[in-house]
Amino acid sequence: MSKTTAVKASKKPVNRSDMSKFRWTLKEMKDNKIAYLLLAPFFIIFFIFTVLPVILSVFFSFTLFNLLEAPKFVFLDNYIRLLLDDDIFLLAIKNTFVFAAITGPVSFMMSMILAWFINELSPKVRAVMTLIFYAPSIAGNAYLIWQYMFTADQHGIINGLLMEMGVITTPIAFLTDPSYIMPIVIIVALWTSLGTSFLQFIAGYQVVDRSMYEAAAVDGVKNRWQELWFVTLPAIKPQMMLGAILSITQSFGFGAVITGMVGFPSPDYCAHTIMHHLEDYGNTRFEMGYASAIAVLLFALMIGANLLVNKLLRKVGQ
Amino acid sequence: MSKLRIKKSNHSLNRSFGGDLGINIVLLIFGAFMFLPMVYVVVQSLKPLDELWVYPPRFYVVNPTFKNFGDLFRLMGSSWVPFSRYIFNTVFVSVVGTFGNVMLSSFAAYALSKLKFPGRVFLFKVVEYSLMFNATVTTITNFLTMSAFHWVDTYLALIVPAFATSLGLYLMKQFMDSSVPDSVLESARLDGAGEWRILWKIVMPMVKPAWLTLIMFCFKDLWNMGSSLYIHSEQLKTFNYAIQQIVSEGISRAGAAAASTVVMMMVPILVFVVSQSNVIETMSTSGMKD
Repeated sequence: MSKTTAVKASKKPVNRSDMSKFRWTLKEMKDNKIAYLLLAPFFIIFFIFTVLPVILSVFFSFTLFNLLEAPKFVFLDNYIRLLLDDDIFLLAIKNTFVFAAITGPVSFMMSMILAWFINELSPKVRAVMTLIFYAPSIAGNAYLIWQYMFTADQHGIINGLLMEMGVITTPIAFLTDPSYIMPIVIIVALWTSLGTSFLQFIAGYQVVDRSMYEAAAVDGVKNRWQELWFVTLPAIKPQMMLGAILSITQSFGFGAVITGMVGFPSPDYCAHTIMHHLEDYGNTRFEMGYASAIAVLLFALMIGANLLVNKLLRKVGQ
Repeated sequence: MSKLRIKKSNHSLNRSFGGDLGINIVLLIFGAFMFLPMVYVVVQSLKPLDELWVYPPRFYVVNPTFKNFGDLFRLMGSSWVPFSRYIFNTVFVSVVGTFGNVMLSSFAAYALSKLKFPGRVFLFKVVEYSLMFNATVTTITNFLTMSAFHWVDTYLALIVPAFATSLGLYLMKQFMDSSVPDSVLESARLDGAGEWRILWKIVMPMVKPAWLTLIMFCFKDLWNMGSSLYIHSEQLKTFNYAIQQIVSEGISRAGAAAASTVVMMMVPILVFVVSQSNVIETMSTSGMKD
């Protein structure tokens, strides 16, 4: 059968080997028109507002662009300025690393371990505990209550408590003293961080096949820790993969929590992150070229961290 | 002997008293860390003025009052734009955005999960990669796109991007993969049903837990949205933004601030309570396979 007759005689079954890869693809696309119709609304919006901005950022990062005049091509100037001349940006990189390197892994471990503990409880208690641990992450601005806890006079719960107990005699300026700010915003960020990946683990533990535990007990697994290591963790590896991605991505998105707690700019820029630097140049100064370069570096950092951790996690249990 | 006991109850399996105790203590400590601030918000919102500033600060309330909630509504009455407008904006954006998100995600997830067409692997890979970065990267550049569309200062700028979230599509697709058997779809096709009909009559009813989950995730994001880079006019701003204006007027508003936080957080929490079991069911299929 030649190629042309195969296409024309559409009623007859067609074999892939009958035609070139390109023609086969075209035919497949034609046969699945409905699939593309179903995909179109989502993917058009998705590409415009999620993929396109990344491409645009890369493009604008090589230009000077102030929104009023046409972008002027300057090659690597923005990056050179960022990495060599902008001291505040270097501070922002350091802060972002410290902040993400703590909140990401700690949030991931908290999600994984607390969900495992909660899974040991009876179903009713489990549902209540899940709600208690998850609620702060969906409670909007509720994290601002920590401001009242760390208020810098005796009316703050923590200062009041410490003074009452005689640990300190004068209140500590928790939210303006640079040496306290970073630890406090990290604690508050962790408080809001038991989100989607936590739910994922709660769900993951529940669907591990019961018979695997029975088999493991017969095979000589002696306690719950061994059970976790030899049975549960390998079984929930897919959950760990997604959970890690969600935790890492989230750890680069706490800019609003920091600003809410200590304002912008933070005292001595001690909690200034790349997210803040980006907002500053894009949103306030309208230096779009420079802001784009920041966005590109932030993007690379997030993807890089994710791919690295992903690679490491794949090795677990192999 | 031991085999028999194992079959009877999973719980007695390899569980020591010491371990149970340790787990409960850890849960108690972390539970307090998570729960007490939430309780404190509610306590603050119920305190009368004199109790808000008592020393030493109290973690409980002696004479609970709803005066702070009343104050909140009084303060709202004196705002520039009628307060009902802020509430309308938030409800409108949340409901329309969530509805579109569930619909568009379901359509796309069905195609990616159940139809075989060139490009499906690539498109899903793009979605998986997009889970690896967040909106911080895209917000500023999207301002340019919004300007080009003349969407700045319209509802469209808030609603349309919410229609297509990668996590929504991802969760819906994973759930369809594991909960909708291909054989059911095959027999429907043999009976002559078109894909559109199959999607509405067979698939959508089967994935109810997934769309409840998408409703929960999308709704809480939109509900909690504060000021936006894309909105300038007061008439289009959200409830959360208006509340932040009241709160930002300083320490004298501590009671009203707590009351407003309680109002804001109750709604997403209630949505989660209602959908909890469905959300957990959906999340159990969400793992990332190689």
